[in-house]
Amino acid sequence: MSTTVVNTGTEGKTWGGGNQPLKASYGKMMMWFFIVSDALTFSGFLAAYGFSRFKFIGSWPIADEVFTHVPFLHGQELPMIYVAFMTFVLIMSSVTMVLAVDAGHHMNKAKVTFYMFLTIIGGIIFVGSQAWEWATFIQGDYGAIQTKGGHILQFVDTDGHRVALKDFVVAEAKERTEHERKNGLWYVAEGSLPTYTVDEVIHGLESHENILIRTEILNEHGHKTVLSRSESLQKLKKDGKAVVEGANLTVNEYGAPLFADFFFFITGFHGFHVFSGIVINIIIFFNVILGTYERRGSYEMVEKVGLYWHFVDLVWVFVFTFFYLV
Amino acid sequence: MADAHKLEIFRGLIKFKSNIQKIWGVLILLTIVTAIEVVLGIYKPEILMGHILGMKILNWIFIILTIVKAYYITWDFMHMRDEVAAFRRMVVWTAIFLICYLIFILLQEGGYIESVYHDGFIKQDF
Repeated sequence: MSTTVVNTGTEGKTWGGGNQPLKASYGKMMMWFFIVSDALTFSGFLAAYGFSRFKFIGSWPIADEVFTHVPFLHGQELPMIYVAFMTFVLIMSSVTMVLAVDAGHHMNKAKVTFYMFLTIIGGIIFVGSQAWEWATFIQGDYGAIQTKGGHILQFVDTDGHRVALKDFVVAEAKERTEHERKNGLWYVAEGSLPTYTVDEVIHGLESHENILIRTEILNEHGHKTVLSRSESLQKLKKDGKAVVEGANLTVNEYGAPLFADFFFFITGFHGFHVFSGIVINIIIFFNVILGTYERRGSYEMVEKVGLYWHFVDLVWVFVFTFFYLV
Repeated sequence: MADAHKLEIFRGLIKFKSNIQKIWGVLILLTIVTAIEVVLGIYKPEILMGHILGMKILNWIFIILTIVKAYYITWDFMHMRDEVAAFRRMVVWTAIFLICYLIFILLQEGGYIESVYHDGFIKQDF
C-alpha cells in the first residue's frame, strides 16, 4: 500500500526526468555558466573603464601615443604593431586548442598531446609579451610634469614631436636623498625620486627656445592642445608640482592616472586568467600524456579547458578594442 | 560529443569539407578582421572621423568588427554552433542583455558627470 504518488504523468516527456534536454554534459554546462559569470565580471571592468573615460572624455590619453614600442626596435614609434602580434599569438593558440579538441573527438592521443603543447607555448609567449608591455609602460619614455591639479604637462618641439626630459633638462647635484625606512621614521619609505626636480625642468625650458608644453586637453580634431612659448613658461612656473617618469597606480606620465589604474587592473586580471589557463592546460597536458582520457574513453576534459582557453581569447579581443583601438 | 559539426559559415555561403578545414577557415577570417582593425587603427582615415550617434564612425567600425570576431570565436571555436538552441540562448542572451544594461547605465552616467564638469558644475539652473 502506497501513500505517495509515484506516477507524475510526465514519463517519457521532456521534463519527466532521466533525459538531457540541452544535450550537454554537466561539466561542460557548468563551464559555460562559469564563463557567463566571468564575462559579466570583465564587462563590469570594461564598462567602468568606459565610465571613467566618458567622464574625462576631453582629456583622456591617446592609446596610440602610449603603446608605441616593439621589442628590439628601440626608438621607433610603431603603435599597434606589438599588440597586434600578441592578439595573433592568442588567436593562434585558440586554433591549436580547437585542433586539440577535434583530435580528442577522434581519440587521437598523439595529436591531442602535440596541439596542447603548442597551445601552452602560445599562452606563455602571450603572458611574456604582456609582462614586457607592462615593464615598458611602467618605465615610461618621455617624462612629464604633474600640475597641482593632478594634470600632466608633456613637452614637444615646435614641429609637434615629443621631447624627452633628458633631452633638455640638466640634472644638478642634489642634497635631497631618497628617504629610506632605516632612517628617521622607521619602516616608512618613499618611492624612488625622479631624475630631475621641477626647478631644473623650468630652467631647461627657459634655456631651450624651441620647446613647448602640451596639455592633456583634446582639441576639436582629437589632438592634444599645445601651448604657445609664453603660455608654456607661465603654466610650468605657476602649476608645475612634480616630475613624473613612467606610470604606476598613483601617477602616470601619459595622462590621467585612472588610465594606468584601469590598464594595470584589466590587463592584469586578463593576464591572470591567461596564467591560470596555462596552468590548467599543463595539468590536462600531463593527463593526456598519462593516458587518463584514453582510459576514460572520452577527451571531454580537453574540450572543457578548451572552452576556458577560448574565453580568455574572447576577452582579449574586447580588451584589445577598448584599450588600444577605440 | 561525437555529434557531427555544422560545417558552414555565413549562413551557408561558405561550406567546409571537414571540421579541421573549418577551423583554419575561421582563423583566416579572424586574421583578416584583425588586420583591418590594425590598419584602420594606424592610419585612421580622415573620412571615418565623423560622428554618428555620439561616437566616431571609426570607433563604431572597431566595435562591430570586435563583435564579429567574438561571434566566430564563440560559434566555431567554442562550438556554440553545435549546441542545442535553448542552451545557446540561455548563455548568449543572458550575457548580452546584462552587458548592454550595464554599459548603458555606466556610459550614460559618465556622460552626465562629464557634462556637469564641462558646464561649470551646473546641470540645471532653475
